[in-house]
Amino acid sequence: MTWTGVRRVVGPPLAAVGLALLVAALVLVVSGADPIVAFGNIWEYGSRLETVIESFNRATPLYLSGIAFAIAMRMNLFQIGVEGQYILAAFFAAYVGAGVGSLFPPLHIAIILATAMIVGVAWAGLAGWMKVTRNVHEVISTIMLNAIAVAGVVSFLLGRWKIESESLDTRLGDIATTGWFPSLNPIVELVTREIKRVELTGFILVAALVGVAYHLIINRSRLGYDLRATGANPWAAEASGVPPKRTIVLAMLLSGAVAGLVGMADLLGDQHFYSLRFPQGLGFAGIAVALLGRNHAVGAAVAAVAFGWLERASGVLEVRGDAPREIVTIMVGVIILFAVIAYALAQRRRRIEAAAAASAQVESPATAEAEEADT
Amino acid sequence: MSVAVRLQGITKRFPGVLANDRIDLVVEAGEIHAICGENGAGKSTLMKILYGMQPPDEGSIEVLEQERTFSSPREAIDVGIGMVHQHFMLADNLTVLENVILGAEPSRGSLIDFATARSRLRELGDAYGLELDLDDAVGTLEVGERQRIEIIKILYRGARILILDEPTAVLVPQEVEELFRNMRELKAEGHTIIFIDHKLDEVLAIADTITVLRQGRSVARVKPADVTAQDLAELMVGSELPTPETREVTITDRTAVEVKGISVVDEAGVTRLRDVGFSVQCGEIVGVAGVEGNGQGELVEAILGIAPLTGGSIHLHGDDVTGWSVRQRREAGLGYIPEDRHRRGLLLPAPVWENSILGHQTRTRFLSSRVWIDEDASKDHASNVVERFDVRTPGVHTPVHALSGGNQQKLVVGREMATDCNPLIAAHPTRGIDVGSQAAVWEDLRRARAEGLGLLLISADLEELIGLSDTLLVMLRGEIVARLDPARVTPRELGAYMTGAAA
Repeated sequence: MTWTGVRRVVGPPLAAVGLALLVAALVLVVSGADPIVAFGNIWEYGSRLETVIESFNRATPLYLSGIAFAIAMRMNLFQIGVEGQYILAAFFAAYVGAGVGSLFPPLHIAIILATAMIVGVAWAGLAGWMKVTRNVHEVISTIMLNAIAVAGVVSFLLGRWKIESESLDTRLGDIATTGWFPSLNPIVELVTREIKRVELTGFILVAALVGVAYHLIINRSRLGYDLRATGANPWAAEASGVPPKRTIVLAMLLSGAVAGLVGMADLLGDQHFYSLRFPQGLGFAGIAVALLGRNHAVGAAVAAVAFGWLERASGVLEVRGDAPREIVTIMVGVIILFAVIAYALAQRRRRIEAAAAASAQVESPATAEAEEADT
Repeated sequence: MSVAVRLQGITKRFPGVLANDRIDLVVEAGEIHAICGENGAGKSTLMKILYGMQPPDEGSIEVLEQERTFSSPREAIDVGIGMVHQHFMLADNLTVLENVILGAEPSRGSLIDFATARSRLRELGDAYGLELDLDDAVGTLEVGERQRIEIIKILYRGARILILDEPTAVLVPQEVEELFRNMRELKAEGHTIIFIDHKLDEVLAIADTITVLRQGRSVARVKPADVTAQDLAELMVGSELPTPETREVTITDRTAVEVKGISVVDEAGVTRLRDVGFSVQCGEIVGVAGVEGNGQGELVEAILGIAPLTGGSIHLHGDDVTGWSVRQRREAGLGYIPEDRHRRGLLLPAPVWENSILGHQTRTRFLSSRVWIDEDASKDHASNVVERFDVRTPGVHTPVHALSGGNQQKLVVGREMATDCNPLIAAHPTRGIDVGSQAAVWEDLRRARAEGLGLLLISADLEELIGLSDTLLVMLRGEIVARLDPARVTPRELGAYMTGAAA
């Protein structure tokens, strides 16, 4: 990639982060804290190995959620049902995973992951099915399916399937250790030092694989071409032979399969059971990840790590009494807002430049080829 | 007579490209001045320079005998220049009144003074015979009406010199009449109009003076009385032009596409096609004539497999494909040049190379395996299309929305021609492209026909239809009302069948 290419990709999000820092500093000043001290504390705490590992642990589900959203977004489906899909998926996966007892570990893990993906696929597929048969907009159906999944199915079944425990938490049974995903601590410790308290989730590798698969399928495969064509112009895609309904359903199913994996990092790597305290909100956070990362596999990874780090590192604000940690929520919001604006501006400029270059194209195409070869 | 605009020695370079090469343009005050040229001859660049959207590298701009340099359209507007772009810039959900004053609202205190705006617009409308209902939402209006809003918009901003970029490209014939009437009234009021066009009969009908651009240079400044359409075309292209005539008969006994008694009823329950039947042999061109909206669109969509049939059957190369999906039909060789390239033919934000395989993305030549697209092969194909069909683009990675309309059309036509489709359904294949490229497309269609292509040609250009077709069908209200021999029919007779005046 040329230098301008790099600048165009990295420029807008960097500008957004910079502006967000400024706004956050202002808010800190207004709330009576010293922004330099506060940022210093965040940096100091955030650069500790343990915090970095926690950030990656947080980034893993965020990334998967972002990719799930991005898959649908590439064909202009606003799939905001990742939230309900992953919670429902995690719930059933936890139930099945605990129910099967102890198994050969790879098999046990495979069963749990398969359950999660099937549930995610089914729940997302429902929204896709409603869209193609009843023309229900996916925003409406997924919002309702979110509510049905979390407040309906999970609450109802959790009440029936819960186990007695000494804690006050309403929860399902434990998944046997054969269904635990290995931690990467031993590998990280080879190059760093001994890690205390936290474990780097091995599921980050699964997330990375999903990212690679996403990139290849969307940008290189026939299916991805059909999907993007439908996103760019559904009428032209239809005339080109893309079956519109099947493609909608397929995109929803793929998105749902990835959504099913969102809760697995926590379930298999950390908690090992489902309870009322299972992390929520990852589905919506994923929208921000996809947005900041521009639905790009690498961009979303950077965004997920950035959001994960901000969230973890900011815990120090409260501990030290500098400022409420909500300052980070403000920052995340501002980053997204500015990123959207910066992307829109950058895109507008690119369009104008491209149009100028193309309208200037008066010489023979042979010269254009030569030019092409130069860049 | 005084001079409204004098451009001297305008030169504009883009990286590696000379868009405008020492162009001179003199537009007298109060005249209608046409600028003609092929796609990519530098017309739009020149107008953008005059309108302050791009600075020239060399040369001077004089407006009303004053030398000017514009750094933005705002400054051009201030000296009385206004421009109507080819693609309108209107907000669909605002009213006509709101659209016109948008960005130049008269105010009373902090409020918009709608009453003043309304009365000023009425004056403008009356003065130029531009009829508009100010309270209609723009989204509900026809293209011709939208164009009128754009013109009023620039008049409202005080324009005395109007630049119209291919104003007739989007209009149907009746609307063109209306536009020309408006242009004459504006001229009568002392306005100067510069308009870009490459429909030569239109240019000859309305312009007082014509400047011809070719390859970024101004090659002629002529009066319409002194030239014929043929002269103008040759000035634009720089060589003599072929006509659309098809010579020897190449019809074979193999049927490419056969349509048997098909009917189509739309969602509102209206019958759009009634018992239509015909066949196209390999090596034959069947032309479909008809006033737009008499079922041609539905016929195309039915053959393609988008519009569901309520009766009849469709056969490709002898196979009954009535129940086949669009994709199966395209894989069977069906090619398609849509009537509206933006809607059905292109992915505007996607690069040229991706567009060059659209509709053929399942062909093995563009795939490296069952799953993956072969990018290298696709890009080679794209370069080939670009070269063979003279698509002016900086490269195969350029997004298609950046190409001019004519080049987009050439890309669509080239894509279908370069993928050896058979049969090919072509709706208005030369719409929006200049005479030189038009001749090239005709030549390509003829060559493909000689090699066995079965072509169903739908066109509004009667000369093109009569010149290319082996058989002519006339459609009226969803039915085929006549089958004519193009060798024996005149455009006049054809017109009579199309309107139902002949039986």
